[in-house]
Amino acid sequence: MIEVRWHGRGGQGAKTASHVLAVAYLKEGKAVQAFPEYGPERSGAPMLAYTRVDERKIRRRCAVTEPDVVVVLDPSLTHEVAITGGLRLDGHLLLNAEEARDTGAAVRDYAGEVLAVPADRLARESGTRFPNVVLLGALAGWLGSPSLAHLGEALDEVMSGLPAAARAASQQAMQAGYAAGERGMHHGE
Amino acid sequence: MAKVELALQVLTGAEATAHAMRQIRPDVVPVYPITPQTPIIQTFSRFVADGKTDTVLVQVESEHSAMSAAVGSALAGARTMTATASQGLALMVEVVYIAAGLRAPVVIAVGNRALSGPINIHGDHSDGMLARDSGAVQIYALDAQEAYDLTVMAPRVAEHARVLLPVMVGQDGFNVTHSAEPVALLPDEEVQAFVGPYEIPYALLDGNAPSSHGVFAMPDSYFELRHQMISAVEAAERVYGEVAEDYRRLFGRWLPALDAYRMEDAERALILIGSAAGTAKEVVDDLRAAGEKVGLVAVRLYRPFPHQALREVLAGVKRVAVLDRAASPGTYPPLFSDALGAVQGTQVELRSYVYGLGGRDLPLRAVHRAFRELLAPAHARIGYLGLVGEDDDGES
Repeated sequence: MIEVRWHGRGGQGAKTASHVLAVAYLKEGKAVQAFPEYGPERSGAPMLAYTRVDERKIRRRCAVTEPDVVVVLDPSLTHEVAITGGLRLDGHLLLNAEEARDTGAAVRDYAGEVLAVPADRLARESGTRFPNVVLLGALAGWLGSPSLAHLGEALDEVMSGLPAAARAASQQAMQAGYAAGERGMHHGE
Repeated sequence: MAKVELALQVLTGAEATAHAMRQIRPDVVPVYPITPQTPIIQTFSRFVADGKTDTVLVQVESEHSAMSAAVGSALAGARTMTATASQGLALMVEVVYIAAGLRAPVVIAVGNRALSGPINIHGDHSDGMLARDSGAVQIYALDAQEAYDLTVMAPRVAEHARVLLPVMVGQDGFNVTHSAEPVALLPDEEVQAFVGPYEIPYALLDGNAPSSHGVFAMPDSYFELRHQMISAVEAAERVYGEVAEDYRRLFGRWLPALDAYRMEDAERALILIGSAAGTAKEVVDDLRAAGEKVGLVAVRLYRPFPHQALREVLAGVKRVAVLDRAASPGTYPPLFSDALGAVQGTQVELRSYVYGLGGRDLPLRAVHRAFRELLAPAHARIGYLGLVGEDDDGES
C-alpha cells in the first residue's frame, strides 16, 4: 500500500489533489481511498488530506500515521507543522519550493528522498494560481505512476465544472510538474 | 443484472448517498444542513437544481421542522427522505418518535457524529443511540458502497406493509461521509424498479378513503397502539432480510443484518458497528495468518437487533469484545447491552470497550489490544480504546 499525506492550507486544493490522485490510480486498476482531515474549517489554516493506493480493496478506515509520501503545498508550513512526522525513512518528500534547503531544519534532517519543485512559479507560468496540480504532476513524474495520461483524464473529470480556460491551465501546470518530477527521478538515480 | 460490470467512480459516502436519493426520486425532501451530513444534501440539492430529479426540496429552519414536514408529507402519500447528524438528529428526535408512532415511513440518512458538549464535528454513534428507542429502524453502513446500497434498500424496508416505520441509514461521519473510494452505482432505472411506487394504506390525501392521523390515545388504547408499533419494529428484521436477499439476487451485493467475518471456528471475536469493521478485518487477517482463531461481527441492522442471528454466529466462541462508539454513562454502552441480551444463557463471555468518541482514531494496534486482552478471562470493567493513558501498554 502507498500512503500519501498532503499538507496544505485551507483553500489551496490539498483535498482536491488527494482526490485527483485517487481517481488517476483507479484508472490504473488500483484500489484507492482519499480523505481530508478536518479541524475547524478556515481558509488559510493548516489542513491535511490523504490518498491510499493498493493492489486490493482498502478496508482500513484509521488515520495515516506512517506515510510513504508527503507533499507540502505551502512552504511556510514547514516551519509550522511537523511535515516529516511519521514519514517513512525510505519515503519521498515533495515540496513546493525553489530549493529544498530553503525550507528549514525538518527537511534538512530528513534522510529519505527530497524533491523541491517551484510549484507556485510553474502554476503562474501556466496561467493558474494553484500549486496543487503542479505537485500532482510532479508526484506522478517522480514516482513513475500514475501515468501522465491517466492523471490528465482524472484532472479533467474532477474539474469538469470549471471553464475550459481554467481546465487547460491546470493541465498545462500539471504537465510542467510532471516534467519536473521526471527530472527529479532521474536526478535521484 | 448481477452479471453486468458496473463502472467504479471515486465517491464519498455522502456523494454516493445523494446519488441513491437522486435515483430513488423521492417526492419530498425537507432538510436542514449540518456537518458531516451537509455534503449529502448539498450534492442532492445540485441534482434537484439540475433537473436530475423532480423532488420537492423543502428548505426548513431546523431539523425539528424537517422531520415534522417529513412526517406530514409521508402520511399525506408522498415518498419522503431527509438527512441529518448529531445536534440535528438530537433536535429531530422528538419527531422521530412521533414518526414511528404515526407509522410514517420516512428514510433518514444520518452522517453519524458526536453530540455536544464540548462541541465536536467528528464521528461517533452517540446521535444514533439517542434515537435508539424511538421505534425507527436503524441500519449502519460499513463503507461508501454500503451507504449507497443501504439507502437504495431503505424505502423498501420503511414502506413494507408489515413495517411502516422511519428507517435511519447511518454512515460514520468523515470516516465514510467524507472518505472517497471506488463506488459502483446501479443504473437509474434499476433503482426505480427496485424501490417501486410509494404505496401506504390510509394516505391522508386520499379523498376516497378519509382517515385521521395524529390522534389522541387515552390509557385504554395507547398501550395497544404502541405495542403494534413495537411489533412492526420486530417484523422489520425479517423484512430487512427479504429486501437484502432481493438486492443480492438482483445486483449481486449481499448485505445481511450481521456481517460475520472469518467466524468459522473462531474462539475470540469482536462485535462493532460501522466503518471500524474494515480496520478490524485487517487485524483479523493478520491474526488468522499467525494461526489465531479470531473473527469479527459487524452489526448492520441495529434496530431491530438481530438477537437470534448473533446468538447463532457466536455459538462456539469463547470470548467476545463488544466495541461501542458511544457510551451510556453509568452503565454498559448500548451495543454491549444488546449483545448481552443475545447471549444470555450461553457460555459466551463478553467484554465491553468504548472507542472512537468525537472522531478519535481506532488504529490497528487498538484492535490488536482488544483481541490480546481476550486471551485473559473477561471482567466487568469497561475498557476505553484510544483514550490517552489507557492504551500505553508499550505493545503494538
